Amino acid sequence: MRKAVEERERVIIRFAGDSGDGMQLTGSRFTDATAVVGNDLATLPNFPAEIRAPAGTLAGVSAFQIQFASRDILTPGDHPDVLVAMNPAALKANRAELHPGATIIVNEDAFTKRNLEKAGYAADPLSDGSLERFRVHRIPMSTMTSAAVEEIDGVSTRDAGRAKNLFALGVISWLYGRPTDVSKRWIERRFARDPAVAQANLAAFNAGWSFGETTELLDVQYRVKPATDVPPGRYRNVNGTTALSLGLIAASVRSGLPLVLASYPITPASELLHELSKHAAIGVSTIQAEDEIAAAGMALGASFGGKLGVTATSGPGMDLKAETIGLAVMLELPLIVVDVQRAGPSTGMPTKTEQSDLLMALHGRHGESPLPVIAPTTAGDCFDAAFEAARVAIRYRTPVILLSDTFLASSSEPWLIPDVADLPAIDPAFAVAPGTDSHSSAAETSDPFQPYSRDEKLARPWAVPGTPGLAHRIGGLEKAHGTGNISYDGANHQRMTELRAAKVAAVGDEVPPLTVDIEPDPARPTDLLVLGWGSTEGAIRAGVRLAREAGHKVACAQLRNLNPLPANTGDVLRSFERVLVPELNCGQLASILRARYLVDIESFTKVQGQPLFAVEVAEQIEARQSRRTDAADVPASLDGERRPPA
Amino acid sequence: MSATLAKGDFQSDQETRWCPGCGDYAVLAAVQQFMPELGIPPERIVFITGIGCAGRFAYYMDTYGMHGIHGRAPALATGLATARDDLSIWVVTGDGDALSIGGNHLIHALRRNVPVRILLFNNQIYGLTKGQASPTSELGKITKSTPFGVSDHPFNPIALALGAEASFVARTIDRDRHHLTEVLRAAARHEGAALVEIYQNCPVFNDGAFGALTDKGARDANQIRLRAGEPIRFGAENERGVIRGDGGCLEIVEVAEPDDAGAARSGEAGRRAAGRTVSEDALLVHDPARADPGLAFSLAKLAETPTGPTPIGIFRDVARPVYRQTGATEPASEAQLIELLGAGATWEVG
Repeated sequence: MRKAVEERERVIIRFAGDSGDGMQLTGSRFTDATAVVGNDLATLPNFPAEIRAPAGTLAGVSAFQIQFASRDILTPGDHPDVLVAMNPAALKANRAELHPGATIIVNEDAFTKRNLEKAGYAADPLSDGSLERFRVHRIPMSTMTSAAVEEIDGVSTRDAGRAKNLFALGVISWLYGRPTDVSKRWIERRFARDPAVAQANLAAFNAGWSFGETTELLDVQYRVKPATDVPPGRYRNVNGTTALSLGLIAASVRSGLPLVLASYPITPASELLHELSKHAAIGVSTIQAEDEIAAAGMALGASFGGKLGVTATSGPGMDLKAETIGLAVMLELPLIVVDVQRAGPSTGMPTKTEQSDLLMALHGRHGESPLPVIAPTTAGDCFDAAFEAARVAIRYRTPVILLSDTFLASSSEPWLIPDVADLPAIDPAFAVAPGTDSHSSAAETSDPFQPYSRDEKLARPWAVPGTPGLAHRIGGLEKAHGTGNISYDGANHQRMTELRAAKVAAVGDEVPPLTVDIEPDPARPTDLLVLGWGSTEGAIRAGVRLAREAGHKVACAQLRNLNPLPANTGDVLRSFERVLVPELNCGQLASILRARYLVDIESFTKVQGQPLFAVEVAEQIEARQSRRTDAADVPASLDGERRPPA
Repeated sequence: MSATLAKGDFQSDQETRWCPGCGDYAVLAAVQQFMPELGIPPERIVFITGIGCAGRFAYYMDTYGMHGIHGRAPALATGLATARDDLSIWVVTGDGDALSIGGNHLIHALRRNVPVRILLFNNQIYGLTKGQASPTSELGKITKSTPFGVSDHPFNPIALALGAEASFVARTIDRDRHHLTEVLRAAARHEGAALVEIYQNCPVFNDGAFGALTDKGARDANQIRLRAGEPIRFGAENERGVIRGDGGCLEIVEVAEPDDAGAARSGEAGRRAAGRTVSEDALLVHDPARADPGLAFSLAKLAETPTGPTPIGIFRDVARPVYRQTGATEPASEAQLIELLGAGATWEVG
């Protein structure tokens, strides 16, 4: 049967099923095939916190979303165009996010009385008319998968049942004209040790593809052309976890310092421990510490020994590391603290995203203890941000907090593989023994060694144990300027407090200015700036794009360095009549900007465990541009209720 | 260089500021005196300390040093030891630091067998915070924080370390320079984590806590000196000893000299003797290298508090795999980095 082919500029597909249905696998296979086509893409997994929630329940639904397009895209998308639901719970959990007209493809076999009950459906939604606003395709995936694999020797009923996700992959791959060889090669590799299972999965995939090709249920095949507006080069798909790990390893190579990651298992930061622990052969040591405190201490101990000490955590782990970060501020040693933010407070929602650790990163230690804070803006930017964090930590002898989040860690996008030669060298500039060739400014001239002397950036010498002639003691007690001896002198404490602050402030000299994506038509002056920070960049740019398409005049900018802020931040804020700051917390950046620059920031906040959506940004812009008289009329949070004044 | 090292090479220019008469002075002097014996240049020795009076130790050693945070010295030391296997790393801690706020780090450093020597100054009191009960304070002790007496059961640091699978566990006393040095020597020789409990007198808040083991007239009666390969005997006249009694528990008994006819019978018969007098060959022979820690644990529990006969010396000294870094010592080459960045499925645009 010859079928019609329709063009689409962009498509959002969500694969949803029970935790045991293999939806993450289905999604990532589809992603790889899509990358090969040359579409721009962004993905986002969404899985339950429970490892094995009861099968068939809403709590057990696991999903994977991908947006792919023939133009550059900025987010995994807000509302799916296509929902693949492997059981009733997956349909129920995701239906509310579908717009009318969306396509729903269900595994009809899973819509049994028992499964409907488990999902809390009183009546079968496939037959009660509740889905009439959608295009629903009912495919008996389990039956057809079983039929496809039943002839294969050595395949159990269980194996057959588990292969239905590849049947689904086959159907969707046909529907969007994805190449089949990528997925087939993957299946062969993945199940190389169990040829029968490999054969079963291949059969299921092929059956799904053939079903799409022959069934009259699906009468149109869609085509999304390769994206042409992305920079040329060699690409791979990375999520924030992989990119961040690679950034740290790249910094290790370019600084010549072996990497020591000490970490305690916590969702979602554990993924970094898993990723980096694979690379022991190339100078990466990983320690699974007894607790979060020890993890920070071990990383700092490694830094004292002249290595690149890193600790990574999420949520409550940050609370526990505060004490050690304070010690690192005092010791003035390099330390990288990765905070993969998650919804809090306390245990909160461990698998859900949030940007609510900003104030903690900036201020969450006792005493005056400033440090640089960097927040990557995209999955790929996690590479550059990690590299920069390491460079700043080493150059300035300071702890640096890298504020990633659950969304960045798990979402993926095509990444232009950097040229290693373009990565700057990082000079650890260890202090060397007196009388030997030295490039350390402070150590060579002083006798005896002055561990708290400072160079032109106010950084102190890093003299690692084993260096003759430089034996010295450091500690958490206040230091006398220069000698580093214990000092309780008030004037010295003031001086040292100011020096530590000035050193961190001096990092700002290297922070690039805040660049504003201004309304392209200069004849249309813009008075509204949307300013975000960290992981919301994609949603904000996409939202601004939507608003411009609707005729609104709006500019946007994204902060990546949260401390120090870019030097021009105040000028940028004051050059717009109105500034809207969307963030996934209750207004943390907004309060900082108000305090620092005395600018009346309008705050849009959301804490639903979800990333920011482009549509939400567009709505906020629209509300401000169509009702410009009274800012107070604009809802301050999603549910439209005004929050009490801070 | 090591041939020329002397005590003075390990003394920093910082003025020591413990209270007059503090046991810490004696330990510091003994450690500085002992260091040249290691034959390791000072720059390859690191002292890492926690918080408390003992925490100041690092400032007084002319080596590399880090005065860390309360209880975390073993964690800092583990990171350093992971990063650098060319250093001799020593942790100095106290009973509050190691056994209360830092208990978790202590037991995990011991179970991992991290190559660090941990000197635990036990004075059974919080000194730097001016006299609160510590986790080794005895039951009923009146302190500032326990005006009606300590009501929580104290830790026995030796038993705790043995329970944490420590491969080297010893106890010594601040005032006994010779014994202290002997124990330091053995600890330095040991590969892996070494825990040395040092009974350390706090003259201000807990003076005389270890009088039974240090005072003239009492110490000879109460110090049970453990010596590898020797029967466990003690007493002013060496007249007492330790046997494994009924039910496997250790017991303190009188030892009869061989010519003390009729007082004891040897061997099994001696052990079953109705009285508490046995001949020397019925005594337990100390063996710190024994794989099973059970006997060492029983020895640790022989004295619940150091107010009577108390074993000192090396309880356990066994070989066990030492914690090492997991990664290569050099970072990746640029070629390896290029390969790593371009790994997995890639595609070309343009």
